[in-house]
Amino acid sequence: MTKISMTVNGKSVSGEVEGRTLLVDFLRKDLRLTGTHVGCDTSQCGACTVHVDGVAVKSCTMLAAEADGANVATIEGQAAPDGTLNTIQAAFHEHHGLQCGFCTPGMVMAAADLLKNNPKPTEAEVRHHLEGNICRCTGYHNIVKAIMAASGQDVSRLAAE
Amino acid sequence: MPKDSGIGASSKRREDIRFLTGTGQYTDDINVHGQAHVYFLRSDIAHGKINKIDTAAASAMPGVVRIFTGADFEGIGGLPCGWQVTDRFGEVMKEPAHPVLAQGKVRHVGDPICAVVADTLEQAKDAAEAIELDITELPAVVDMKKALAAGSAKVHDDLADNLCYDWGFVEDNRDAVDQAIKNAAHVTTLELVNNRLVANPMEPRVAVGDYNRANDESTLYTTSQNPHVIRLLMGAFVLGIPEHKLRVVAPDVGGGFGTKIFHYAEEAFCTFAARQINRAVKWTSSRSEAFMSDAHGRDHVTKIELALDADNNFTAVRTETYANMGAYLSTFASSVPTWLHGTLMAGNYKTPLIYVNVKAVFTNTVPVDAYRGAGRPEATFQLERVIDKAARELGVDPIALRRQNFITQFPYATPVALEYDTGDYEATMAKLEEIADLSGFEARRKASEAKGKLRGLGVNCYIEACGIAPSNLVGQLGARAGLYDAATVRVNATGSISVMVGAHSHGQGHETAFPQVVAEMLGIDESMIDIVHGDSSKIPFGMGTYGSRSIAVCGSAMVRATEKIINKAKKIASHLLEASEADIELKGGQFSVKGTDKSCAWGDVTLAAYVPHNYPLEDIEPGLEETAFYDPANFTYPSGAYACEVEVDPDTGKVTVERFSAADDFGNVINPMIVTGQVHGGIGQGIGQALLENCAYDENGQLLSASYMDYAMPRASDVPFYAVDHSCQTPCTHNPLGVKGCGEAGAIGSPPAVVNAVIDALQSGGHTHVTHIDMPVSPSRVWAAMNG
Amino acid sequence: MYNFDFEKPSTIADAVAALAADEAQALGGGQTLIPTLKQRLASPSKLVSLTGIAEMKGVCKNDDGSLSIGGATNHATVASEAAAAYPALAALAANIGDPAVRNRGTIGGSVANNDPAACYPSAVLASGATVVTNAREIAADDYFQGMFTTALDEGEIITSVRFPVPQAANYQKFEQPASRFAMVGVFVAKYADGVRVAVTGASEEGVFRWSEAEAALSANFSADAIDGLSVSADGMINDLHGSGAYRAHLVKVMTKRAVAAC
Repeated sequence: MTKISMTVNGKSVSGEVEGRTLLVDFLRKDLRLTGTHVGCDTSQCGACTVHVDGVAVKSCTMLAAEADGANVATIEGQAAPDGTLNTIQAAFHEHHGLQCGFCTPGMVMAAADLLKNNPKPTEAEVRHHLEGNICRCTGYHNIVKAIMAASGQDVSRLAAE
Repeated sequence: MPKDSGIGASSKRREDIRFLTGTGQYTDDINVHGQAHVYFLRSDIAHGKINKIDTAAASAMPGVVRIFTGADFEGIGGLPCGWQVTDRFGEVMKEPAHPVLAQGKVRHVGDPICAVVADTLEQAKDAAEAIELDITELPAVVDMKKALAAGSAKVHDDLADNLCYDWGFVEDNRDAVDQAIKNAAHVTTLELVNNRLVANPMEPRVAVGDYNRANDESTLYTTSQNPHVIRLLMGAFVLGIPEHKLRVVAPDVGGGFGTKIFHYAEEAFCTFAARQINRAVKWTSSRSEAFMSDAHGRDHVTKIELALDADNNFTAVRTETYANMGAYLSTFASSVPTWLHGTLMAGNYKTPLIYVNVKAVFTNTVPVDAYRGAGRPEATFQLERVIDKAARELGVDPIALRRQNFITQFPYATPVALEYDTGDYEATMAKLEEIADLSGFEARRKASEAKGKLRGLGVNCYIEACGIAPSNLVGQLGARAGLYDAATVRVNATGSISVMVGAHSHGQGHETAFPQVVAEMLGIDESMIDIVHGDSSKIPFGMGTYGSRSIAVCGSAMVRATEKIINKAKKIASHLLEASEADIELKGGQFSVKGTDKSCAWGDVTLAAYVPHNYPLEDIEPGLEETAFYDPANFTYPSGAYACEVEVDPDTGKVTVERFSAADDFGNVINPMIVTGQVHGGIGQGIGQALLENCAYDENGQLLSASYMDYAMPRASDVPFYAVDHSCQTPCTHNPLGVKGCGEAGAIGSPPAVVNAVIDALQSGGHTHVTHIDMPVSPSRVWAAMNG
Repeated sequence: MYNFDFEKPSTIADAVAALAADEAQALGGGQTLIPTLKQRLASPSKLVSLTGIAEMKGVCKNDDGSLSIGGATNHATVASEAAAAYPALAALAANIGDPAVRNRGTIGGSVANNDPAACYPSAVLASGATVVTNAREIAADDYFQGMFTTALDEGEIITSVRFPVPQAANYQKFEQPASRFAMVGVFVAKYADGVRVAVTGASEEGVFRWSEAEAALSANFSADAIDGLSVSADGMINDLHGSGAYRAHLVKVMTKRAVAAC
């Protein structure tokens, strides 16, 4: 067992992990942050997307020990302490960018990663950025729309509805 | 003006908040104190005889609690099938045993052989590696036609062959249809495959079985679309636990699409094992495990013939389908290719004679059952593809050919047993032409050609039978369950309301849409109403969510219960207002006396019901809670017209969906935003089936598409924005809301549009020999067809 | 996963020492190795993470104009930091997997693994790059030895890859629809002394040079130069996603597109 410490959503945390413990398991089981989900075992679905030191990673494909000392952000830390949704969360709510909700935490974290580097993405850029985040419910329409809306773009004429 | 609350308002979803903040509670988020973990050792071969299972060494491994095998389930029920189909000779279907853990033979890759229960999952996996299996591999039965050939290996040794049933519908029409085809001016024939799919809700299945020895109660937390159905099937047929000792909870569920309807071995196992070891047992499927243990969908091989007279009127349809059941009959497997498929073969058209033959076949593959649309996509695909092919053969416009044959008078009794109550197929087609800008297609085609791409347009119609279903009818057809639903409206003393519904929401937004109905009826704010679902201990009963039935069936039960509430509340109000009950009106949350200014508020009445100081106790009981069961009088018949435009890269065969438009008639709509989202999702899955998804086996029964590395899931970059409209509304005539259901339409209506568009593109590019490509229309298949 | 010890050294020397242990294995970004471990297809006693070694990270231009990329540099970093010096390489890196994978996966990990459908091996081979390890320098032509097979010895670490920068280059990938790995990826690089063409994804032998195309393009660097050539389907991967003949066809199409885009 290895002792690890990291900052998760602004709080210092530590724990004892095996070498094989994945970051997602440390978050879900040790820290009880169950908003980060596991939807596949081949690193493709992206339901487990979190930020490590400011960039999006798949927490199911990173060892917890690799995140020792890192600054980790998960879906649980995205809204304000009073519960106010952040811009991306609010846009998903406004534009019905989620249905069953299972892929949603990963989508929100992936979107945040995109908008940090590309504040006004085109539709094609949004779709390309979501390559590693699979949604089975929405057909992606309202996810793409929500992310573009979160970037401050007018989405009212994207498609006839 | 769009409404901002009640029926017809696009109320934002209240369930979003927990999902957007990571505070939803899915089954894998549930951990019971002291729980053990189970790992299923599954067959890695398709077919084999189990000679010996030696668990001695494995049982002694660290952390192992107990290892179970099929022998532990001797004398315990197998997994039941909920629908008995009678074949065209009057014989009932073959119904082989489906043990929780394999007994005697393994019959598909993924068939569970042993269940290793240990303190941790990794310990269970370690121990599973130490189990010694002695299994003799047998020839695998994979191809359906070969499976029915004389001398084929048998999936089930106790059956005569691999045929589950040979179903004919309508059998009495058989000769007339044959004759009509013989006498037709033109017959178009098409052989096609409806590709096997894996539903792939993003949340893999999970089961947690818990047991309380003190009161002999079992609890199962499971990823289910219908917890009460699981309680009934598992309690009554598998484990023999009476309902009052068995609680089934389906909390937040991350998508279902049909595959979470069924009662699975893992659910029964965890419930059983928890009782055996007196300790909770948890199973979480990995995605790779899901590919070989979740019931698959579709997998039909069909020949369809469409007969037309000299004026291009459809005169007859004849189909012959081989439907793969897989190795065992899953819960509703037998109903999908029969009653959910054959009855839809009229489509939107007044074809007078129809005969459908379906041979259901056992193979050494994962069981196949309902997947979004369930039978109706298979019917729609073959019918709409053969109509397109006929139009091409006859040199007529495919839209005009459809229009000419539309059913225009309602109600309409089809020759395949359904009675469509309402519809307006011309209206949805006209709406489609508008939203899809079909008049601009030729210009877009020229623009594509200028880029070196081939552009095609595909159009089709669909009809589906939803709101499943009248219990007495389905009972006659072989269903072993009623298909009503139930709701309890519990009004609290302060006027807030909990509505306990038998439907289960796993993405459909019931928590938002259902209160809109009750709020509209009572004239109170939506925020005063909460929906409770997914827990058999909290809800009277329910048949769950599938077949686009929730609002049409459970919503109707909720309306009926709310009507009872209103009736009782009016009695209370009449007492408070000292007026005749007949004069009491409820409007905007106020009870008033007709023609006077006397009124009292909703809250006054609800408080009186629970604090009955001034109350007609001699006439009515205190309290304000009502339950209704609703059994639908008919199916509902959503319909629509879809258009797809694709570009084909002639160098690589890659197909890109450029535009997709859908004009649907769902009858009345409760929440347009949610309905639109349902259609989007269905279209995404339909495009996935048409272009990407393929669950494939090799000739030895090995699963080739066993993970997302080989099973192509649609990504955001594979689809465009969709143009969706549901302003054409012919309300359902037989349910109180006039609703039809919208959950499956997109998945039913979209695959033929995509394939029709690809064929149109290739034809326009001079590849006139290409009249059909089987789904998924992958780049390699398109290239092979172009160069074939 | 089987359990293993985890070590994260901060120098190459410490990493080499750690890898001397029996059944120890290097861990780059883990984007391939961790899924493999999940399937219990490997059972290392120890994983030695290379992501904490500062001297193995980053992109730098050498005096001879070549570009060195540290073995532990992730794809996202290559996509941004190599963009000016070697745009085709940066573009390749920018399209590997997905953004989250690019933030973890490393060039050293990809080249060491030599997945037959990975993108990087085509760039390394087409560029005639040099694989630099803790022990030696290996020319790309000697390095790739078939699917998942390389010239690396046990415990040897790719510390950097040195790319001669071509006059023009382009990478074209046709994605396998499910995994989105290359079904066929073609990297074309034009140097003063000739054109090199490397193909990934297509062959059962892993990445290979298409010598006929190289000769034709060295003589006439235009897409038309490919027209008369044909690629044999023999030895091409034949699977659920496409036949060998289809892949052979795509090799030609992607090569022409890469040349046209140069």
